[in-house]
Amino acid sequence: MSTEAPHIPTSPGAPPLVTGNQTFASVTENICRITERKTPPVWYLALGAAMSLLLVLFGSIGYLFWEGTGIWGLNNPVGWGWAIINFVWWVGIGHAGTLISAILFLLRQRWRTSINRFAEAMTLFAISCALIFPGIHVGRIWVAYWMFPIPNQMQMWPNFRSPLLWDVFAVSTYFAASLLFWFTGLIPDLATFRDRATSKIKKYIFGFLALGWRGGNRQWRHYELAYLILAGISTPLVLSVHSVVSTDFAISIIPGWHTTIFPPYFVAGAIFSGFAMVVTLTIIARKLFHLEDFITVNHLERMNKIILLTGSMVGYAYGMEFFIAWYSGNIYEQAVFLNRAFGQYAWAYWIMISCNVIVPQLFWFRKLRTSIPVMFIASLLINVGMWFERFVIVVTSLAQDFLPANWDYYRPTIWDISTFVGSFGLFFTLFLLFIRFLPMISITEVKAVLPQADPHQGGSHE
Amino acid sequence: MAQLFPKWTNHFPTVAAVAGFVVTVLVVGFVWYYFSPWYTDVGYRPPQPISYSHKLHAGDLGMDCRYCHNYVEMSPHANVPATQTCMNCHTLILTESDFLLPVRESWKTKEPIAWNRVHKVPDYAYFNHSAHMDAGIGCYDCHGNIADMVVVQQKQPLSMGWCLDCHRNPDAHLRPHGELTNMSWTPPDNQKAFAENLKKEKQLAPPEDCSGCHR
Repeated sequence: MSTEAPHIPTSPGAPPLVTGNQTFASVTENICRITERKTPPVWYLALGAAMSLLLVLFGSIGYLFWEGTGIWGLNNPVGWGWAIINFVWWVGIGHAGTLISAILFLLRQRWRTSINRFAEAMTLFAISCALIFPGIHVGRIWVAYWMFPIPNQMQMWPNFRSPLLWDVFAVSTYFAASLLFWFTGLIPDLATFRDRATSKIKKYIFGFLALGWRGGNRQWRHYELAYLILAGISTPLVLSVHSVVSTDFAISIIPGWHTTIFPPYFVAGAIFSGFAMVVTLTIIARKLFHLEDFITVNHLERMNKIILLTGSMVGYAYGMEFFIAWYSGNIYEQAVFLNRAFGQYAWAYWIMISCNVIVPQLFWFRKLRTSIPVMFIASLLINVGMWFERFVIVVTSLAQDFLPANWDYYRPTIWDISTFVGSFGLFFTLFLLFIRFLPMISITEVKAVLPQADPHQGGSHE
Repeated sequence: MAQLFPKWTNHFPTVAAVAGFVVTVLVVGFVWYYFSPWYTDVGYRPPQPISYSHKLHAGDLGMDCRYCHNYVEMSPHANVPATQTCMNCHTLILTESDFLLPVRESWKTKEPIAWNRVHKVPDYAYFNHSAHMDAGIGCYDCHGNIADMVVVQQKQPLSMGWCLDCHRNPDAHLRPHGELTNMSWTPPDNQKAFAENLKKEKQLAPPEDCSGCHR
């Protein structure tokens, strides 16, 4: 089979995508073995830690529902605090999965096969974390369903001119499309799991999820077409979702938010942070599960190149914001940006610049972008920087709004912090369950990029 | 390998999709109908401490609503009359009636009669009786034919959608000032022209934005 284009040869001299002389059988064996062997104790430890954090999240949300948003550090000018920062940050991280699975698929980038399952799962879990925040940040949680257009006798209807409503649709569509795409990709692997399952209950669970997959020729034809269509549907979403998120800010008239550069700037930042997160998690997983043959340094290097590209785009956007503030001749706009860089939140601004603009420049050097420790630390720093980017955007513009008498300094409370830290609990709990019970690398797609899958080496029958 | 699932399970996705759709529609429809004031509130008729009959006073005797609810044109709140208002007449009429014992008791002890509120609008909705009277909305339009009720009951849902229906298109409900308390008023043939005229003359613009009522 081949979900990839059959006649695109890999460029001569390119490093192999899978190493270690793998055969079709050894690929299946190596990936299935991870979930079939006895649960390693370290997994229980990790799950225990993750679920403890998850409890912190539940506790924080419970107290929030009981007491209201007053437990957060919000104050009069700063009505959007960590909840929105965390939402944008998690959604941004979720962008790598669809980019890898949809856009790189359509662009016939064969190196995506080893990491796409992993990245898509990360996307789903990141969006799950993201969706918590807009859900809980409404003051009256019991009427949160007003966010959706549900017919009711109050004639209460969402305002379709509001970007906050577009957000609801953009993110939920993105989640649904990503879930479908991920599940569709899983079907042949789930059938493999079903066929290898030793216990009856596993056979039924995987059998149910595999939707009766037999691997026949007709099934493959339908499957590949469905996968292609889903890739086509998902591709515009990669660009649209974070564009819509950026309009939450850009449509308002707050200086520092009201700029047309926001949609592309946010999308670049999203892909940037998403790839950084994929790199972080991939490095850990390939080490822990000995997947070096499937996720090679070559894969990581390609991701680092994308990080370099998108990081530079983000840096360009930072510069352009300042240029436009100066070029506009609007003293209020200028004041906002000067305040960002040199005002009371300058510390956050320079963390952002160092992590997002300076750190990725390391990847110009081949030696550094192929070094595992360097890229691991860089990817962590980038995600710190991207969190601070959202902090700078949300807080600095609000803390000094139009009335100087209102100006105030924003400080998070313990509940802001515990909710954010708790969201990692959700993320890692889901992730640990995923790597324990599902194939974290696409078995079928990796087989398709083995040399054996293309016996004519890209040529044809002459 | 033996088949794990029997053949009928092939229908599962179709059944699940149809069931999911039907259940969603049913739940929304159920809430839409049964959770609405239209279902829960219309017909609300709490017992009152005194068997006071609006039908007798406003209907048969033809008293104007504003004799008792005398602030309705001046205040956001249409007041429930003080015991004094009752006693204006009942010091002379039915002075020994058993029905009126609690009124005389209240009169003597200066303890107000604890009437039960029938029409309830939530705290977060600002409603002003005087503004509606001034615009030309009659009592009947929200309260129904009170002059025909022995015990007052709620006739309209008083839901937000119901308010908005009239705010968006008030024409059929506007009436001349002299007819405000008339329970049997019907729109005349030239109602449309009259409403247009009244809206222009009084510069009526019923608010439809949130802050019109939620201040």
